[in-house]
Amino acid sequence: MGELKLMKGNEVIAEAAIRYGADGYFGYPITPQSEIMETLMAQKPWETTGMVVLQAESEVASINMLYGGAACGKRVMTSSSSPGLSLMLEGVSYLAGAELPCLLVNVVRGGPGLGTIQPSQADYFQATKGGGHGDYQIIVLAPASVQEMNDFVGLGFDLAFKYRIPSLILSDGVIGQMMEKVEVSDYKPRWTDEEIQKISGSWATTGKTKNRERHIATSLDLQAEKMEEHNHKLQAKYREIEKNEVRYEEFQTDDAEYLLVAYGSSARICQKSVTLLRQKGIKVGLLRPITVWPFPSQRIAELANQVKGMLAVEMSAGQMVMDVKLAVNGKIPVSHFGRYGGVVHSPGEVVEAFEKQFLGGK
Amino acid sequence: MADIEIKDIIKKENLVYSKSKILTDNEMHYCPGCSHGTSHKLVAEVIEEMGIQEKTIGISPVGCSVLAYNYLDIDWQQAAHGRAPALATAAKRLMPDHFVFTYQGDGDLASIGTAEILHACNRGENITVIFVNNAIYGMTGGQMAPTTLIGMPTATSPYGREAALHGFPLKITELIAQLPGVAYVTRQSVHTPAAARKAKKAIRKGFENQEKKIGTSFIEIVSTCSSGWKLSPVASNQWMEEHMFKFYPLGDLKDAERDNEADYKKYIE
Ligand SMILES: Cc1ncc(C[n+]2csc(CCOP(=O)(O)OP(=O)(O)O)c2C)c(N)n1
Repeated sequence: MGELKLMKGNEVIAEAAIRYGADGYFGYPITPQSEIMETLMAQKPWETTGMVVLQAESEVASINMLYGGAACGKRVMTSSSSPGLSLMLEGVSYLAGAELPCLLVNVVRGGPGLGTIQPSQADYFQATKGGGHGDYQIIVLAPASVQEMNDFVGLGFDLAFKYRIPSLILSDGVIGQMMEKVEVSDYKPRWTDEEIQKISGSWATTGKTKNRERHIATSLDLQAEKMEEHNHKLQAKYREIEKNEVRYEEFQTDDAEYLLVAYGSSARICQKSVTLLRQKGIKVGLLRPITVWPFPSQRIAELANQVKGMLAVEMSAGQMVMDVKLAVNGKIPVSHFGRYGGVVHSPGEVVEAFEKQFLGGK
Repeated sequence: MADIEIKDIIKKENLVYSKSKILTDNEMHYCPGCSHGTSHKLVAEVIEEMGIQEKTIGISPVGCSVLAYNYLDIDWQQAAHGRAPALATAAKRLMPDHFVFTYQGDGDLASIGTAEILHACNRGENITVIFVNNAIYGMTGGQMAPTTLIGMPTATSPYGREAALHGFPLKITELIAQLPGVAYVTRQSVHTPAAARKAKKAIRKGFENQEKKIGTSFIEIVSTCSSGWKLSPVASNQWMEEHMFKFYPLGDLKDAERDNEADYKKYIE
């Protein structure tokens, strides 16, 4: 068992990055996630593991620094909150187009616009539907605990390099700011140049040697037919990820007659709501998508044969609910509940919304 | 006179010039009279002469030189419009023994990418910047650039650039020269063999500075864009000499090595 610590979600992202042997972090301060870079700067990993940490001039610069670092085959990451992610999207599209691996963290806050600094889940569309321009996807992991903030740093990097794709940890202000017990990972050394050659030597821009063609990290092809071909390749990769990488967790679904679907901090709240509803004799279960892209559509479709109705609970005006509806495909009623704009719903509010929707109110 | 066959002349001992091995055989897409071709050649020659092909990473911009990676046989990263200095920052910091350079147009560097170039230079990133200033947006069809001269007609300033309407031409190189992180700032051109030789020297110095780790080297190349300017290649060169050089005078703006009062050293002490 690894070392046990009491840490904030944001702090653990920094700690996990160092321990995982990340090569570089590039970021710009924004609430509620500034502790990530603050922790890194305080830890000075460049003196221990050799990790580069740089405060960039903007999120636009940060994401393009990731492009530069990722193209070299390095494990690079950034973190931000909603408005910063919006600024990064051109770069994310370039990274996806050039098939470069990297790790992004969004500690989501309420929007739109400058919005608020309180927790929200309203960046679901942006995260799971591409967000930037062009047909692309990124892998999106939704942690529901400080432990998962730790675990998903490694998982995010692993998946990013397995598929040459950006990974995003879609967190929120609750998970970022809350303190919990966490088992931190053991220290792993950063990749050596030889390891980078082994892992990414077929594409990384590490300098053109005599025994190979030059490597070009690019998302450009001026010929439409070639670009279509490239898109086919990307789509095939996305189908492969959908096949292999769906992750979710179920809570009391075995005998469930109704289902709550919730991710991240909202799923934590819904666990309590399930308990409250079951105390009233109503058989409710919870499905928590861990990857929100790829989305556990197949499992939700199966459960649509078992339950009478589903309630998607998220801190947004209704985004993930669209994916639930697509999976259910009209078979049973699907409804949405959530507070938003930075307001976090209570377990009781979820219970009330459920009763109103499925038991004729009260 | 005895007949001389051409094959008798083409001999190694008669060779006075050859294409740099760093230049690929791909046909360049640049218009006749464009400065990009010569600028590419000079960068290629410097890389070859320094023997650093295996350790050089080029960052290409968005602009006419977006396809620079087709012409120089080195590893390349193709950046989003204006962001090349951000890519270069990370590549250099993560691979400090490599030579990293950006190659950018004036729209890329002095308009959309102003923040990235200023901050990369201000941090004193150990990179070389090749800044090709043709005072116009070549790739998108000759629109006004931040560097477009007053009175100069472009597709988006068809009656000539007017300060009241469009603002003033930006001397970004002078601005860059103020920054303590910058080691070397120079303004060159490539329109005559003599000018090209000087520009090459400057580019070489820019790359050598990376070995010395003394901060950013910034080499502006005042350039022509015959298509955008709607002038013949010869007339473009004349117009550049008469108008561009007046506003963008050639020469060194800063050389931290030569100047032992260098700001860079002052600031880091
Ligand atoms: C975000 C974004 N905005 C606009 C463009 C369109 N665009 C492509 S090249 C260019 C101007 C390039 O001009 P310059 O940097 O001066 O280079 P030149 O083509 O003259 O060499 C523009 C505006 C783009 N590709 N991306």
